[in-house]
Amino acid sequence: MFFFILRRLGVLIPTFFGITLITFSLIRMIPGDPIEVMMGERSLDPALHAAAMKRLGLDQPLYIQYFDYIGNLFQGNLGASLKTQQSVWSEFTTLFPATLELALCALVFATVCGLLAGVVAAIKRGSIFDHGVMGISLTGFSMPIFWWGLILIMLFSVQLGWTPVSGRLDLAFDVQPQTGFMLIDAWRAEMADPEYNAGAFKDAVMHLILPAIVLGTIPLAVIARMTRSSMLEVLREDYVRTARAKGLSPARVIFIHTLRNALIPVLTVIGLQVGTLMGGAVLTETIFSWPGIGKWLIDAIGRRDYPVVQNGILIVATLVILTNFIVDILYGIANPRIRHAK
Amino acid sequence: MSLLQIKNLSVEFGSEKNPFRAVEGLDLSVDQGEIVGIVGESGSGKSVTMMAMMGLLEGQGRIVADELTFDGKNLLTISARERRKIVGKDIAMIFQDPMTSLNPSYTVGYQIMEVLKVHQGLRGAELRARALELMELVEIPAAKTRLEAYPHQLSGGMSQRVMIAVALACNPKLLIADEPTTALDVTIQAQIMDLLVNLQKERNMALLMITHDLAVIAEVAHRVAVMYAGQVAEEGSVPQLFRHPVHPYTQALLSSIPEHSKGARRLVTLPGIVPGQYDRPSGCLLSPRCPYAQERCRNERPGITAHEHGAVRCFYPLFEKKEAP
Repeated sequence: MFFFILRRLGVLIPTFFGITLITFSLIRMIPGDPIEVMMGERSLDPALHAAAMKRLGLDQPLYIQYFDYIGNLFQGNLGASLKTQQSVWSEFTTLFPATLELALCALVFATVCGLLAGVVAAIKRGSIFDHGVMGISLTGFSMPIFWWGLILIMLFSVQLGWTPVSGRLDLAFDVQPQTGFMLIDAWRAEMADPEYNAGAFKDAVMHLILPAIVLGTIPLAVIARMTRSSMLEVLREDYVRTARAKGLSPARVIFIHTLRNALIPVLTVIGLQVGTLMGGAVLTETIFSWPGIGKWLIDAIGRRDYPVVQNGILIVATLVILTNFIVDILYGIANPRIRHAK
Repeated sequence: MSLLQIKNLSVEFGSEKNPFRAVEGLDLSVDQGEIVGIVGESGSGKSVTMMAMMGLLEGQGRIVADELTFDGKNLLTISARERRKIVGKDIAMIFQDPMTSLNPSYTVGYQIMEVLKVHQGLRGAELRARALELMELVEIPAAKTRLEAYPHQLSGGMSQRVMIAVALACNPKLLIADEPTTALDVTIQAQIMDLLVNLQKERNMALLMITHDLAVIAEVAHRVAVMYAGQVAEEGSVPQLFRHPVHPYTQALLSSIPEHSKGARRLVTLPGIVPGQYDRPSGCLLSPRCPYAQERCRNERPGITAHEHGAVRCFYPLFEKKEAP
């Protein structure tokens, strides 16, 4: 197991270099620079512009800038935002809980519904339910997130008025950010001051539902389809026949003997969805004005805030890689044949 | 009364309009302590019959029979829940490929203990002790450490022993062995057969051996049923049937054993293949391949008729030995 982990870690090093190179070059390929965007290009005095660029080190050749960037990274220095002068790391840690909360809820929604739908579709193969689930999941998978988000807002927030349009919590509540997770903070605030903050937790939940559904739709579709096909494959296995020949109950055959084995590929897919969730968070947060990493990165790109874009994406990418790494290890636990391969 | 009694069993697959009969009008009975062999080519309906009886077809096949009783219980009318109390406990089955018949995600011990837990309600130390006992019964060396092993860590022979341990866990009255040695090495085959036969004798259980290996049947079985295209072509006691086969198919099957064609230049074979869904003849199912087939055979289906030593499904059984024309 130790060497298994070590070997996987070794593969990560080139991946990190690839990410730094790509973010570094992509953000510099976008026309304009931080100073221009800040001042507006018409009224900008070229001398002032040059001085500001020199101060930020942006007058250096690109390869020097890149090596400076990498050098800083090796010292653990992620730089500071050009706009707020706050360190990228502290901005990230402030905003990340909001994204994490959203992504976790979306993932839980996608996994629970996806697994259930996939399992039932596989058992009732060829039924109306099966065709329905597969049809809907294909639709869900092909739907652009921003459009889907807007449709849901139109229906549930505007027409029916069931959920709020945007944000994480109504302004009427007095909730201090302690953990950064609004569900927890709102719950604690409501407990601390039940009179003033009555209904804060419910309000936080209502704010979360739509964005979580929107963000979870694509992973849900992917998980449902993957679970179904994986289940169908495993249901044909000899050992499932053995399980039935043992006189086990249908529930035992399905959940203990089939699903356990069918989960192995699904687990990988769930891990890969973390990347989709991070990408989707950018769009979802923008639509729902959700103050998280996605919105932060979009704003930073708009401002050409090089350090925030470069390092923000690097942190997010690291998280995605780490999650997949953990999934790899879980995979080994779920599948003894992999664990034992030395 | 027989332990297992099957009368006129048919199993159909596919649509109602255009069904494929995998098993047709099958009669079979097995007594306690008896070893019955079922032989036949691939696709002759041997396994499907057993799967149908055990309720493993999962609603894919339509099962019709005049009688299907085990130990006095009517398997046609009992609920799925009742059936699960019999299957795995009183009727156990082992399969062709032991390497894929064990669940790769669970230890061998878990898979043995599972049956004991479900059918006998054993728990804790008692459960473990019984599992260990079963592992030793099927002669698995280092049984204690093997309890924690995963199937992929075992050889084919060991896996089949584990399957036998699972099958024997609840002292079944009937053990069905569906080609138990086909996927194993020749030396291991003999070991597993010996083990099965010894266990059968020790426990006086009925053993239904499905195989296409006639030598195995000749060696261990008391009675044998020869299946062809979903029907029993001939049935009888082993010495009688091997010495005087009366169905043309049985005769062809026996003469195709390599040992029987010593000195001959070519191995005797029966031309053609078992008819499938779309090429079933309207007369006797063997008629297109039968060297003795006559006009009647091509137009009418023969029923099964009892004779002195067994039963045969043929209009012109070969009571006197004839040479193939």
